[in-house]
Formats: sequence, structure tokens, C-alpha cells
Amino acid sequence: MDTKDVSDFPLAIEGDPAPMVSFRKVTKSYGNLTVLDALDLDVAEGEMVTIIGPSGSGKTTVLRMLMTLETINGGVIYVDGKPLTHMERGGKLVPANDRHLRQIRSKIGMCFQHFNLFPHMTALENCMEGPVHVLGLTKQDARERSEELLAMVGMADKRDQHPSRLSGGQQQRVAIARALAMRPKVMLFDEVTSALDPEVIGEVTNVIRTLVSEHNLTMLMVTHQMGFARDISDRICFFYGGRIEEQGAPDELFGNPQRERTQQFLSAVKEAH
Amino acid sequence: MVDWRWDFTWQILPRLLAATGNTLLAAGIGYAIAVVLGLVLALAQRTPFNPLNAIVREAVEFIRSTPLVLQIFFVFYVGPQFGIRLSPWTAGMIAIGLHYAAYLSEVYRGGLESVPKGQWEAAKSLNLSMPRTYFRVILPQALPPSLAGMGNYLVGIFKDTPMLSVIGVAELMHTANAIGSETYRFLEPFTLVGIIFLLISLPTAAAIRLFEAWTRRKLGLS
Amino acid sequence: MSYFEFLGLYGDRIISGTLITIGLTLLSALLAVAIALAAGLMRMSSNMAVRGVATVYIEIFRGTSLLVQLYWIFFVLPLFGITLEKFTAGFVAVGMNLGAYGAELVRGAILSVPKGQWEAGLALNMSPAKRMRRVILPQAVVLMLPSWGNLFIELLKGTALVSLISVADLMFQVKQINGTTFLSVETFGTALIIYYVLARFMITPSMRWLERFMMRKMGRA
Repeated sequence: MDTKDVSDFPLAIEGDPAPMVSFRKVTKSYGNLTVLDALDLDVAEGEMVTIIGPSGSGKTTVLRMLMTLETINGGVIYVDGKPLTHMERGGKLVPANDRHLRQIRSKIGMCFQHFNLFPHMTALENCMEGPVHVLGLTKQDARERSEELLAMVGMADKRDQHPSRLSGGQQQRVAIARALAMRPKVMLFDEVTSALDPEVIGEVTNVIRTLVSEHNLTMLMVTHQMGFARDISDRICFFYGGRIEEQGAPDELFGNPQRERTQQFLSAVKEAH
Repeated sequence: MVDWRWDFTWQILPRLLAATGNTLLAAGIGYAIAVVLGLVLALAQRTPFNPLNAIVREAVEFIRSTPLVLQIFFVFYVGPQFGIRLSPWTAGMIAIGLHYAAYLSEVYRGGLESVPKGQWEAAKSLNLSMPRTYFRVILPQALPPSLAGMGNYLVGIFKDTPMLSVIGVAELMHTANAIGSETYRFLEPFTLVGIIFLLISLPTAAAIRLFEAWTRRKLGLS
Repeated sequence: MSYFEFLGLYGDRIISGTLITIGLTLLSALLAVAIALAAGLMRMSSNMAVRGVATVYIEIFRGTSLLVQLYWIFFVLPLFGITLEKFTAGFVAVGMNLGAYGAELVRGAILSVPKGQWEAGLALNMSPAKRMRRVILPQAVVLMLPSWGNLFIELLKGTALVSLISVADLMFQVKQINGTTFLSVETFGTALIIYYVLARFMITPSMRWLERFMMRKMGRA
């Protein structure tokens, strides 16, 4: 199927409520290698969806495409009802320009495996950078907002430290605060605990737990922490070979997987732990 | 053995020191041109417009592979052939500035490439604009790894200013040459020139190393 | 005058100048390599006097300009009873100057050979000299070859300065031709292109070849 032709795709997604994120027949390939094959995935507002699967299954690519760090080869991604990868021109969808991308991208925040804090800025400056220079907040307002968020992730006392003085877990918590300071509607967590020492994983997962219970954020997460995923997710998607092999509520998917590949993957993961 | 004449030394020293001022001025102006133009050349090689990248890349390669003294002659003498007369100073500054801009662009390029990809991605995830991403996120991190190279070329441009004497810029070497041909004594002027160069370039090199360490600390990178 | 007429008239002189430039480059390259090895190793000697001599040499030649050194060797050295013919003075100055830079490359490369290699040499009870020659230097050479490629281009460019003491190299010839014809674009432009071709299509490819050759010899390719 030719997914480059987007003339059949809607200009906007209606519905009550409309999904916050919607992948429609999204394809991603590098040369001959297809990473994602006509992916369809909807995420409702306030929903926490965790993507699991073997490495190379395309799970990180899903988040990176949504953050526009990767371009797509076919299909359309919608955010909050509006197309992200495309925009409307004369009643038709055309590939998005920079301005459109910037506009829609502002609804999305992301945390990375390697934190990617700006090393020459303190924790507080990292958090204030976007609010001041992208959202146009006054320094005063941005500072208040950032300090509040740093307090929420338990990093208030380290706000004037540079990242090189912080542990991995502390850096990741600052990174979460930095992303939240932009007031995104969708948060993406890309293997945020994979680069951490085992003893500090808890301090990061606890912050995410708080977010899930106290905020109405839409979240997509890629993780290898199966127990954590089962605890906090509304839905689990198991990716295999560039498609969703199986998805469902955590207890269903972990407790009673239907597909053979899911069973194999889960038992392999269990053995490793 | 050689007769070093101290009276002659004291007699010519003020003249040489005055010329040292011109040498420092030439190095300063040339370096200022090179620092700015080099950044332009480095950034031009990162534009998504491929023909421009290739042309700039090749031009940088060309400038780096050909002798500065020849470039100085070229800039100075080619103008008049087309009715443009450049003063020795102007021609010299253009030539030496351009030459070192090519070198500095390579230094910047290395610095820019040393910034991890994740920094670009984080800037994008925060929706920072392209200029903001460059000036606030990327360049501050590309700077410290570039400082050593920038410092070397500051000393380098200073040591290359004697070549400007070939088109008559009255810097240190030119003055020493003039003294030599007036008095037929070369020992003192040429030796003094060497000593003056050493006395400036060695401490400068040391100061640059300190500055580099200080900058890294200042930016919280070490 | 068309460019072809220009080449017809002055081609011979440009070619003879180019040959002199190539000769100067080869001789000063040989000298630079020899000095670099000697000064680089001396710089790492445990004997303070040996180390001091090398350090003073390197600092003086890196701290002043090639042009200053050239004039000094050509005009001042005769006063000490050492008179060098201008061609010799030319390649000696270039070789000594670039040799000082090369010495730092040698030292840097030797220092970046992993510590385990020194320890393995010691464990085999090799003498320090043998360890250096058989174990450390071959690995250091592979490490420093890419930098030598750049240094040889600097050296080629440096030879242009000997025209200022009237060695009839490429630079000297085009300056003379320009003095009588005032065809600056043709004269200096041609020379620029010749230097570029020498650097880009002779020095760089030969160094690449040498790098590959050494890598194969070390069993790394």
C-alpha cells in the first residue's frame, strides 16, 4: 500500500473525545530496512501507554517520530486532533513546514535515555531556558514555575548545580522538570532509566508515578522495567518487527499474553531478572 | 668571533619596539577578521544547501594548502590589474585574515562536531529556535574544545605577520630589514626580532592554556 | 595575451621553479623527520641536559617565525663562520622549523601508545632502547602519520619563503615574471594552483597510501 499519498487522510480528527495522539498508517524505513510498517496507534487524553519489545522492534522510533526527531516515510501523525507531520494547504494535506512543526511540537515534551541536559547551564537555567526563550515568559515567572517543578522532582536544593555535579538519577529528574516546564500535553519517556545505576532507578520511577497519579498528562513510555510498566500503565503495546504484535491492559498482557512472540519475549525478560 | 655591539643594540631597540606595535596590531586585526569569518565558513558548511557546502569546503581546502606569502602577493597585486588599488595594510589584512579564517573554520567545525547529538535533540524537544539553539546551546559547548586550536592560531598569526613585510607593511621584520640595509649590520636586528617574538609568543601560549582551563571551569564543563 | 600564450612564454620558468620547490620540499621533509625523531626522543630523555637541549630547540623554533629563522640562518650565521649556500640555507631553515613541530607530534604519539604496551615490553625483559624500537615506535608511527600529512603541507608552503633569499623556486619565478609582465592573476594564480595540486593531489594521497601501508604492516587493516 502506498502510504506516501495522504489524500485519503482527514485534515483533522474529530471524535468525542478525540485521541490526543494518533498514528495513521505511519511508515518509517532506512533504505531497505523497514522500522515501522503502517503503524496505527491512538492514545487518549490522559492515557499512559507503555511500549515494550525486543531491541530493533521500532519502539524508540515511535517516540522520536512524535518529537519530530525522525521524519516519516508515509502516513500521518496527529496530535490533539491536528496533523503534526503535515499541514493543510487549500483543503489538502502537504508536508509540514518548520513553522507548523514548531507550533504543534510545543504540545510535546520528551525525556531521553542520556538526559541531554545542557552541561553549561545549572539545573534551574536548564528548566528556565524554554519558558523564557520559547514561550516568552518573564524571567520571574519562569523561575517560579521552574523552582516549583524542581521541588516536585525533589531537586530544589540542587537547582544551582551544573549537570556534571549531579548523579544520573538527579540529572534525569531535572530533565523531567525541564520538559514539564514547557507545559506539554503529551510527555514522552524514552528509556529514561536505562542509563541509570540500579539503586537510583527508583527515584526516577517515583517521579513518574507521581505524574501519573496527580496530573492529567498523556504519556508514552518506552522502558525495560516491566514491573514498573505494569504498575502504572493504562495500556501496554508489545512491538515486534515494526508492528504492534499485541496490546492490552497491563494485567491482561502480562498475565495472559495471547501471542506466541509475546509469551517468548516476556519469559525471556523474566529469566533475565 | 662575533662582535655584538651593545651601543648599536640600544640605538635600534626603540625603533624595533615601535614596529612591534605594528606587528601586534596586524596580528590583532587579522585575528579578529579570522575569528568572525572562520565562523561564517564553518556554519556555511552546515547549511542544508549542498552546493554551498561543497564550494566552501573546497575553498577552505584551497586556502589551507597554498602558501600565505603567495596569497599576500596575489591579493596585493591582482587588484591593480583590475584598477583596484589596495594599501599594503588592507591587502595584508585581507590575505592573512582569510588564510586564518580557513584554519579557524576547521577548528570550529571540530568543536561543533564534538557536541553530542542529544544536545540538538534536547533543544528541539524544547522547541528552541535554530539561532537560539546555536547561540545558547551548541556554540557554548563547541567553544571549549575549540579554544586550544584558536589559541594556537592566535600565536600562529602573530608569527606569520613577518610575511607582510614582503608588500611593505612596516612591521617588525620589515623594520629589521631596513635597519640591516641601512647599516649593513644584521646580527643585532635579526637576533632582537627573534627574541621579541619569543618573549611574546611563549607567555601568550602559556596564558592561553590557563584561559582554556578557566573557561571550562566557568562553563561548568569540568 | 591569452593564458596559453602566457604559458608558452613562461612555462619553462614555471616548471623549473616547480621542480626546485619539489626538491626543497623533499630535502626539508627528510631533515624535518630526522630532527623530529631525535628531538622528540630527546625531549623524553631522563637526562635533564639532553631534555633541556631538545626543549630549548623546540621552543625557539616554534616560538619564532620561519621567516625570522631563515633570515637569521642566511644573514647572521655567516658571522659565526658558518656560511650556507642559499639553497642549503633554505631547506635547512624549513627543515629545522618543521622538525620542531614534528618533535611534538613524535612525543605526543609515543605518549599515547597504551601503557600496557610499555609494561608488556618490560615483562619480556626488553632493554629500554629495544622496547622503544620494537614495540613503541611502530605503534606511535601509525598514530602520528595523519598529523604528518598536515605537517608536510605546511612544509611545502614554508618553502615558498626561500624565494625571499633568492632561491629560484616557484614563488621566486612567478614574482620575477610578475615584475616584468604585471600579469598578476596569471602568474600568482598559476602558482596558487600548482601549490594546491602538489598539496592535494601529491602529498595528501601519498600520505594516505603510507597510512594504509603501515596499517597493513601492523595487521590493523
